[in-house]
Amino acid sequence: MATVEVPKEQKVEPTTPAPAPSKPKTITLRISRFNPSEHAETKFEEFKIPVQKWTTVLEAILYVKQSLDHSVAVRYSCRQASCGSCGMKINGKPRLACYTKVSELESNVITVEPMNNFPIIRDLAVDFKQLFSTHKKMKPFIINEESEVQPGTKEFVQTPKDLEKFLQFSYCIKCGLCNSACPTMATDKSFIGPQGLAQAYRYTADNRDQGKKDRLKIVDQSHGIWRCHFAGSCSDVCPKGVDPAMAIQLLRGYMLGFRK
Amino acid sequence: MVPEYYLVIKMKESIIMKIHYGTALGAVALVAVHILMRLSQKFSDSLQYQNVLANYHFLPYALMLEVILILLSVHGFNGLRVILLELKQGVAYERAINYGSIVAMIVLVAYGSRTILMAGMGLS
Ligand code: SF4
Ligand code: FES
Repeated sequence: MATVEVPKEQKVEPTTPAPAPSKPKTITLRISRFNPSEHAETKFEEFKIPVQKWTTVLEAILYVKQSLDHSVAVRYSCRQASCGSCGMKINGKPRLACYTKVSELESNVITVEPMNNFPIIRDLAVDFKQLFSTHKKMKPFIINEESEVQPGTKEFVQTPKDLEKFLQFSYCIKCGLCNSACPTMATDKSFIGPQGLAQAYRYTADNRDQGKKDRLKIVDQSHGIWRCHFAGSCSDVCPKGVDPAMAIQLLRGYMLGFRK
Repeated sequence: MVPEYYLVIKMKESIIMKIHYGTALGAVALVAVHILMRLSQKFSDSLQYQNVLANYHFLPYALMLEVILILLSVHGFNGLRVILLELKQGVAYERAINYGSIVAMIVLVAYGSRTILMAGMGLS
Protein backbone atom coordinates (compact mmCIF):
# COMPACT_ATOMS: atom_id res chain seq x y z
CA MET A 1 0.00 0.00 0.00
CA ALA A 2 1.32 3.42 -0.95
CA THR A 3 2.10 5.83 1.88
CA VAL A 4 2.16 9.61 1.69
CA GLU A 5 5.00 11.25 3.49
CA VAL A 6 4.45 14.63 5.07
CA PRO A 7 7.54 16.79 5.01
CA LYS A 8 8.87 17.41 8.51
CA GLU A 9 8.85 21.23 8.27
CA GLN A 10 5.21 21.39 7.12
CA LYS A 11 3.12 22.25 10.20
CA VAL A 12 -0.64 22.58 10.32
CA GLU A 13 -1.52 25.99 11.85
CA PRO A 14 -4.97 26.45 13.46
CA THR A 15 -6.97 29.16 11.69
CA THR A 16 -7.79 31.03 14.94
CA PRO A 17 -5.30 30.88 17.76
CA ALA A 18 -6.66 29.61 21.10
CA PRO A 19 -7.18 32.48 23.56
CA ALA A 20 -4.42 32.82 26.09
CA PRO A 21 -5.66 31.89 29.56
CA SER A 22 -6.44 35.12 31.41
CA LYS A 23 -4.15 35.77 34.33
CA PRO A 24 -5.90 36.01 37.69
CA LYS A 25 -5.61 39.41 39.26
CA THR A 26 -5.33 39.94 43.01
CA ILE A 27 -7.65 42.31 44.79
CA THR A 28 -8.12 43.29 48.42
CA LEU A 29 -11.48 42.36 49.87
CA ARG A 30 -12.40 44.33 52.99
CA ILE A 31 -15.12 42.61 54.94
CA SER A 32 -17.06 44.31 57.70
CA ARG A 33 -17.01 42.09 60.80
CA PHE A 34 -19.53 42.53 63.56
CA ASN A 35 -20.85 40.04 66.03
CA PRO A 36 -23.38 41.62 68.36
CA SER A 37 -22.68 39.00 71.01
CA GLU A 38 -18.88 39.47 70.94
CA HIS A 39 -17.63 42.78 69.62
CA ALA A 40 -18.90 46.17 70.56
CA GLU A 41 -17.59 47.75 67.39
CA THR A 42 -17.55 46.95 63.72
CA LYS A 43 -14.09 46.29 62.29
CA PHE A 44 -12.84 45.59 58.79
CA GLU A 45 -10.72 42.59 57.90
CA GLU A 46 -8.72 42.52 54.69
CA PHE A 47 -8.12 39.50 52.48
CA LYS A 48 -6.10 39.14 49.27
CA ILE A 49 -8.21 37.33 46.70
CA PRO A 50 -7.31 36.06 43.21
CA VAL A 51 -10.07 37.04 40.80
CA GLN A 52 -10.88 36.46 37.18
CA LYS A 53 -12.83 38.70 34.83
CA TRP A 54 -16.02 36.88 35.71
CA THR A 55 -15.59 36.53 39.49
CA THR A 56 -18.54 37.91 41.40
CA VAL A 57 -18.31 39.59 44.78
CA LEU A 58 -20.18 36.65 46.29
CA GLU A 59 -17.59 34.24 44.86
CA ALA A 60 -14.83 36.39 46.34
CA ILE A 61 -16.50 36.24 49.76
CA LEU A 62 -16.98 32.48 49.41
CA TYR A 63 -13.29 32.13 48.54
CA VAL A 64 -12.50 33.78 51.88
CA LYS A 65 -14.87 31.42 53.66
CA GLN A 66 -13.42 28.39 51.92
CA SER A 67 -9.72 29.16 52.13
CA LEU A 68 -8.98 31.97 54.57
CA ASP A 69 -11.59 32.47 57.27
CA HIS A 70 -14.63 30.24 57.41
CA SER A 71 -16.26 32.32 60.15
CA VAL A 72 -17.40 35.13 57.80
CA ALA A 73 -21.21 35.28 57.95
CA VAL A 74 -22.98 35.85 54.65
CA ARG A 75 -26.42 34.89 53.39
CA TYR A 76 -26.88 33.55 49.87
CA SER A 77 -28.75 30.87 48.03
CA CYS A 78 -29.46 30.97 44.29
CA ARG A 79 -26.30 32.77 43.08
CA GLN A 80 -28.30 34.07 40.14
CA ALA A 81 -30.15 37.19 41.33
CA SER A 82 -33.37 35.32 41.97
CA CYS A 83 -33.68 34.64 45.68
CA GLY A 84 -32.84 38.09 47.04
CA SER A 85 -30.62 36.75 49.83
CA CYS A 86 -27.23 38.28 49.11
CA GLY A 87 -27.93 42.02 49.34
CA MET A 88 -25.11 44.01 50.88
CA LYS A 89 -23.29 47.32 50.54
CA ILE A 90 -20.51 46.91 48.01
CA ASN A 91 -18.14 49.85 47.80
CA GLY A 92 -20.80 51.95 49.49
CA LYS A 93 -23.76 51.04 47.25
CA PRO A 94 -26.45 48.46 48.02
CA ARG A 95 -26.14 45.62 45.48
CA LEU A 96 -26.62 41.88 45.10
CA ALA A 97 -23.24 40.21 45.69
CA CYS A 98 -24.03 37.40 43.24
CA TYR A 99 -24.97 39.89 40.53
CA THR A 100 -21.97 42.19 40.89
CA LYS A 101 -18.75 41.30 39.16
CA VAL A 102 -15.54 42.40 40.81
CA SER A 103 -14.33 43.67 37.40
CA GLU A 104 -17.28 46.04 36.98
CA LEU A 105 -16.34 47.85 40.20
CA GLU A 106 -13.07 49.00 38.58
CA SER A 107 -11.17 49.01 41.84
CA ASN A 108 -8.54 46.82 43.41
CA VAL A 109 -10.08 47.32 46.83
CA ILE A 110 -13.61 46.05 47.37
CA THR A 111 -15.37 46.86 50.62
CA VAL A 112 -18.39 44.83 51.63
CA GLU A 113 -20.68 45.84 54.49
CA PRO A 114 -24.13 44.80 55.68
CA MET A 115 -27.08 46.73 54.27
CA ASN A 116 -28.09 49.94 56.04
CA ASN A 117 -31.48 50.23 57.76
CA PHE A 118 -31.52 46.57 58.85
CA PRO A 119 -30.44 45.09 62.18
CA ILE A 120 -27.21 43.12 61.78
CA ILE A 121 -27.27 39.44 62.74
CA ARG A 122 -23.55 38.97 62.10
CA ASP A 123 -21.01 40.37 59.62
CA LEU A 124 -22.88 40.65 56.29
CA ALA A 125 -26.08 38.89 57.31
CA VAL A 126 -28.96 41.17 58.26
CA ASP A 127 -32.33 40.53 59.83
CA PHE A 128 -35.22 40.53 57.30
CA LYS A 129 -37.97 40.14 59.90
CA GLN A 130 -39.37 43.65 59.49
CA LEU A 131 -39.17 43.57 55.70
CA PHE A 132 -41.13 40.32 55.52
CA SER A 133 -43.70 41.34 58.10
CA THR A 134 -44.32 44.66 56.33
CA HIS A 135 -44.56 42.83 53.01
CA LYS A 136 -47.17 40.54 54.55
CA LYS A 137 -49.15 43.48 55.91
CA MET A 138 -49.57 44.78 52.35
CA LYS A 139 -51.73 41.71 51.58
CA PRO A 140 -49.49 40.54 48.73
CA PHE A 141 -52.07 38.33 47.07
CA ILE A 142 -55.10 38.75 44.85
CA ILE A 143 -58.19 39.50 46.91
CA ASN A 144 -61.21 38.33 44.99
CA GLU A 145 -64.24 36.47 46.25
CA GLU A 146 -64.52 34.61 42.96
CA SER A 147 -60.87 33.65 42.66
CA GLU A 148 -61.52 29.95 43.25
CA VAL A 149 -61.89 28.25 39.90
CA GLN A 150 -65.00 26.08 40.17
CA PRO A 151 -66.58 23.90 37.56
CA GLY A 152 -68.38 26.24 35.25
CA THR A 153 -66.06 29.20 35.93
CA LYS A 154 -63.04 30.18 33.91
CA GLU A 155 -59.83 32.03 34.54
CA PHE A 156 -59.75 35.84 34.60
CA VAL A 157 -58.80 37.20 31.25
CA GLN A 158 -56.20 39.98 31.21
CA THR A 159 -55.19 42.00 28.22
CA PRO A 160 -51.52 42.85 27.68
CA LYS A 161 -52.43 46.39 28.74
CA ASP A 162 -53.86 45.15 32.05
CA LEU A 163 -50.69 43.16 32.61
CA GLU A 164 -48.44 46.09 31.79
CA LYS A 165 -49.89 48.06 34.71
CA PHE A 166 -48.30 45.83 37.32
CA LEU A 167 -45.89 43.40 35.62
CA GLN A 168 -42.73 45.39 36.32
CA PHE A 169 -43.60 45.57 40.02
CA SER A 170 -44.13 41.84 40.28
CA TYR A 171 -40.43 41.21 39.56
CA CYS A 172 -39.53 42.11 43.16
CA ILE A 173 -37.35 39.45 44.82
CA LYS A 174 -37.58 40.99 48.32
CA CYS A 175 -33.86 41.61 48.50
CA GLY A 176 -34.34 44.76 50.58
CA LEU A 177 -31.79 46.85 48.64
CA CYS A 178 -34.41 49.56 48.11
CA ASN A 179 -35.18 49.78 51.82
CA SER A 180 -31.49 49.98 52.61
CA ALA A 181 -31.02 52.88 50.17
CA CYS A 182 -34.08 54.81 51.38
CA PRO A 183 -33.18 58.01 53.29
CA THR A 184 -36.54 58.07 55.11
CA MET A 185 -35.96 54.55 56.44
CA ALA A 186 -32.65 55.71 57.90
CA THR A 187 -34.46 57.74 60.55
CA ASP A 188 -38.06 56.51 60.48
CA LYS A 189 -37.98 52.93 61.69
CA SER A 190 -41.78 52.66 61.39
CA PHE A 191 -41.89 53.69 57.71
CA ILE A 192 -43.39 51.01 55.47
CA GLY A 193 -40.57 51.48 52.99
CA PRO A 194 -40.31 51.29 49.21
CA GLN A 195 -40.49 47.49 49.02
CA GLY A 196 -43.81 47.26 50.87
CA LEU A 197 -45.33 50.25 49.11
CA ALA A 198 -44.32 48.95 45.68
CA GLN A 199 -46.01 45.64 46.47
CA ALA A 200 -49.13 47.43 47.71
CA TYR A 201 -49.27 49.10 44.30
CA ARG A 202 -48.52 45.87 42.42
CA TYR A 203 -51.67 44.19 43.78
CA THR A 204 -53.82 47.31 43.78
CA ALA A 205 -53.13 47.85 40.07
CA ASP A 206 -54.03 44.26 39.20
CA ASN A 207 -57.50 44.26 37.63
CA ARG A 208 -58.28 40.84 39.14
CA ASP A 209 -57.87 42.27 42.62
CA GLN A 210 -60.61 43.77 44.75
CA GLY A 211 -58.53 44.69 47.80
CA LYS A 212 -57.71 48.26 46.82
CA LYS A 213 -59.70 49.83 49.67
CA ASP A 214 -57.98 47.64 52.30
CA ARG A 215 -54.50 48.34 51.00
CA LEU A 216 -55.01 52.07 50.62
CA LYS A 217 -56.17 52.17 54.21
CA ILE A 218 -53.04 50.30 55.36
CA VAL A 219 -50.64 52.66 53.60
CA ASP A 220 -52.58 55.80 54.59
CA GLN A 221 -51.02 56.28 58.03
CA SER A 222 -48.49 58.60 59.61
CA HIS A 223 -45.57 56.29 58.71
CA GLY A 224 -47.05 55.22 55.41
CA ILE A 225 -46.96 56.38 51.83
CA TRP A 226 -46.84 60.12 52.61
CA ARG A 227 -43.42 59.84 54.21
CA CYS A 228 -41.79 59.14 50.83
CA HIS A 229 -39.88 62.24 49.68
CA PHE A 230 -39.22 60.84 46.22
CA ALA A 231 -35.45 60.72 46.61
CA GLY A 232 -35.51 57.91 44.05
CA SER A 233 -32.57 56.03 45.54
CA CYS A 234 -34.72 52.89 45.86
CA SER A 235 -35.21 52.72 42.11
CA ASP A 236 -31.57 53.50 41.53
CA VAL A 237 -30.39 50.39 43.38
CA CYS A 238 -33.13 47.90 42.48
CA PRO A 239 -31.47 44.99 40.63
CA LYS A 240 -34.74 43.89 39.00
CA GLY A 241 -35.85 47.20 37.50
CA VAL A 242 -38.92 47.36 39.72
CA ASP A 243 -38.81 51.16 40.19
CA PRO A 244 -40.46 51.38 43.63
CA ALA A 245 -40.35 55.20 43.53
CA MET A 246 -42.68 55.17 40.54
CA ALA A 247 -44.98 52.62 42.21
CA ILE A 248 -45.27 54.94 45.22
CA GLN A 249 -46.24 57.90 43.05
CA LEU A 250 -48.79 55.79 41.17
CA LEU A 251 -50.24 54.57 44.45
CA ARG A 252 -50.49 58.19 45.61
CA GLY A 253 -52.44 58.85 42.44
CA TYR A 254 -55.23 56.60 43.78
CA MET A 255 -55.27 58.49 47.06
CA LEU A 256 -55.31 61.93 45.46
CA GLY A 257 -58.05 60.89 43.07
CA PHE A 258 -55.96 60.98 39.86
CA ARG A 259 -56.42 57.24 39.32
CA LYS A 260 -59.44 55.03 39.71
CA MET B 1 -69.99 61.65 71.73
CA VAL B 2 -66.52 61.79 70.17
CA PRO B 3 -64.63 64.82 71.46
CA GLU B 4 -63.51 67.34 68.88
CA TYR B 5 -59.76 66.84 69.45
CA TYR B 6 -60.18 63.14 68.73
CA LEU B 7 -61.52 63.93 65.27
CA VAL B 8 -58.59 66.24 64.58
CA ILE B 9 -55.90 63.79 65.69
CA LYS B 10 -57.55 60.81 64.04
CA MET B 11 -57.71 62.59 60.70
CA LYS B 12 -56.48 60.35 57.93
CA GLU B 13 -52.94 61.14 56.82
CA SER B 14 -54.17 61.58 53.23
CA ILE B 15 -56.57 64.33 54.34
CA ILE B 16 -53.80 66.02 56.34
CA MET B 17 -51.49 65.87 53.34
CA LYS B 18 -54.17 67.23 51.00
CA ILE B 19 -54.53 70.16 53.40
CA HIS B 20 -50.71 70.43 53.44
CA TYR B 21 -50.49 70.66 49.62
CA GLY B 22 -53.56 72.93 49.43
CA THR B 23 -52.21 75.38 51.98
CA ALA B 24 -48.88 75.47 50.12
CA LEU B 25 -50.58 76.36 46.84
CA GLY B 26 -52.83 78.91 48.51
CA ALA B 27 -49.93 80.51 50.36
CA VAL B 28 -47.82 80.77 47.19
CA ALA B 29 -50.69 82.50 45.37
CA LEU B 30 -51.53 84.94 48.17
CA VAL B 31 -47.92 85.71 49.06
CA ALA B 32 -47.41 86.51 45.36
CA VAL B 33 -50.31 89.01 45.59
CA HIS B 34 -48.78 90.39 48.79
CA ILE B 35 -45.41 90.91 47.08
CA LEU B 36 -47.04 92.43 43.98
CA MET B 37 -48.81 94.92 46.23
CA ARG B 38 -45.38 96.03 47.48
CA LEU B 39 -44.47 96.72 43.87
CA SER B 40 -47.57 98.84 43.20
CA GLN B 41 -45.48 101.76 44.39
CA LYS B 42 -41.78 102.24 45.13
CA PHE B 43 -40.78 99.32 47.30
CA SER B 44 -39.32 101.45 50.09
CA ASP B 45 -42.43 103.69 50.08
CA SER B 46 -44.70 100.67 50.41
CA LEU B 47 -42.99 99.86 53.69
CA GLN B 48 -43.45 103.35 55.18
CA TYR B 49 -45.24 103.30 58.52
CA GLN B 50 -48.38 105.03 57.22
CA ASN B 51 -48.60 102.80 54.16
CA VAL B 52 -48.27 99.64 56.20
CA LEU B 53 -50.99 100.84 58.55
CA ALA B 54 -53.18 101.71 55.57
CA ASN B 55 -52.89 98.09 54.45
CA TYR B 56 -54.28 96.90 57.75
CA HIS B 57 -57.11 99.43 57.57
CA PHE B 58 -58.16 98.18 54.16
CA LEU B 59 -60.44 95.28 55.08
CA PRO B 60 -59.90 92.99 52.03
CA TYR B 61 -56.13 93.30 52.45
CA ALA B 62 -56.31 92.65 56.19
CA LEU B 63 -58.44 89.59 55.47
CA MET B 64 -55.88 88.39 52.97
CA LEU B 65 -53.12 88.78 55.56
CA GLU B 66 -55.23 86.76 57.98
CA VAL B 67 -55.68 83.99 55.40
CA ILE B 68 -51.92 83.97 54.66
CA LEU B 69 -51.29 83.68 58.39
CA ILE B 70 -53.59 80.67 58.68
CA LEU B 71 -52.23 78.98 55.53
CA LEU B 72 -48.62 79.41 56.59
CA SER B 73 -49.21 78.32 60.18
CA VAL B 74 -51.06 75.18 59.13
CA HIS B 75 -48.52 74.33 56.43
CA GLY B 76 -45.47 75.20 58.48
CA PHE B 77 -46.42 73.38 61.65
CA ASN B 78 -47.64 70.33 59.77
CA GLY B 79 -44.32 70.29 57.93
CA LEU B 80 -42.50 70.48 61.24
CA ARG B 81 -44.72 67.68 62.61
CA VAL B 82 -43.75 65.46 59.65
CA ILE B 83 -40.04 66.17 60.10
CA LEU B 84 -40.23 65.40 63.83
CA LEU B 85 -42.19 62.19 63.23
CA GLU B 86 -39.54 61.02 60.81
CA LEU B 87 -36.79 61.87 63.24
CA LYS B 88 -37.97 59.78 66.18
CA GLN B 89 -40.75 57.32 66.86
CA GLY B 90 -42.71 56.23 69.90
CA VAL B 91 -46.34 56.45 70.99
CA ALA B 92 -45.90 59.14 73.66
CA TYR B 93 -43.49 61.16 71.53
CA GLU B 94 -45.73 61.05 68.46
CA ARG B 95 -48.78 62.03 70.46
CA ALA B 96 -46.88 64.98 71.93
CA ILE B 97 -45.78 66.06 68.44
CA ASN B 98 -49.32 65.79 67.03
CA TYR B 99 -50.94 67.74 69.85
CA GLY B 100 -48.01 70.14 70.15
CA SER B 101 -48.20 71.15 66.48
CA ILE B 102 -51.95 71.81 66.71
CA VAL B 103 -51.44 73.96 69.81
CA ALA B 104 -48.56 75.81 68.13
CA MET B 105 -50.74 76.48 65.06
CA ILE B 106 -53.54 77.88 67.20
CA VAL B 107 -51.19 80.03 69.28
CA LEU B 108 -49.50 81.52 66.23
CA VAL B 109 -52.79 82.22 64.45
CA ALA B 110 -54.22 83.78 67.62
CA TYR B 111 -51.16 85.98 68.14
CA GLY B 112 -51.00 87.03 64.47
CA SER B 113 -54.75 87.71 64.37
CA ARG B 114 -54.41 89.88 67.43
CA THR B 115 -51.76 91.96 65.63
CA ILE B 116 -53.88 92.24 62.46
CA LEU B 117 -56.94 93.18 64.49
CA MET B 118 -55.19 95.74 66.65
CA ALA B 119 -53.45 97.38 63.70
CA GLY B 120 -56.73 97.38 61.77
CA MET B 121 -58.52 99.08 64.62
CA GLY B 122 -55.76 101.62 65.02
CA LEU B 123 -54.58 100.26 68.38
CA SER B 124 -50.93 99.69 69.12
S1 SF4 C 1 -38.16 46.54 44.81
FE1 SF4 C 1 -36.18 45.91 43.92
S2 SF4 C 1 -34.66 46.49 45.45
FE2 SF4 C 1 -36.67 46.49 46.48
S3 SF4 C 1 -36.83 44.47 47.38
FE3 SF4 C 1 -37.82 44.37 45.39
S4 SF4 C 1 -36.21 43.69 43.98
FE4 SF4 C 1 -35.18 44.33 45.85
S1 FES D 1 -27.73 34.56 46.03
FE1 FES D 1 -29.81 34.70 45.38
S2 FES D 1 -29.95 36.77 44.77
FE2 FES D 1 -27.86 36.55 45.21
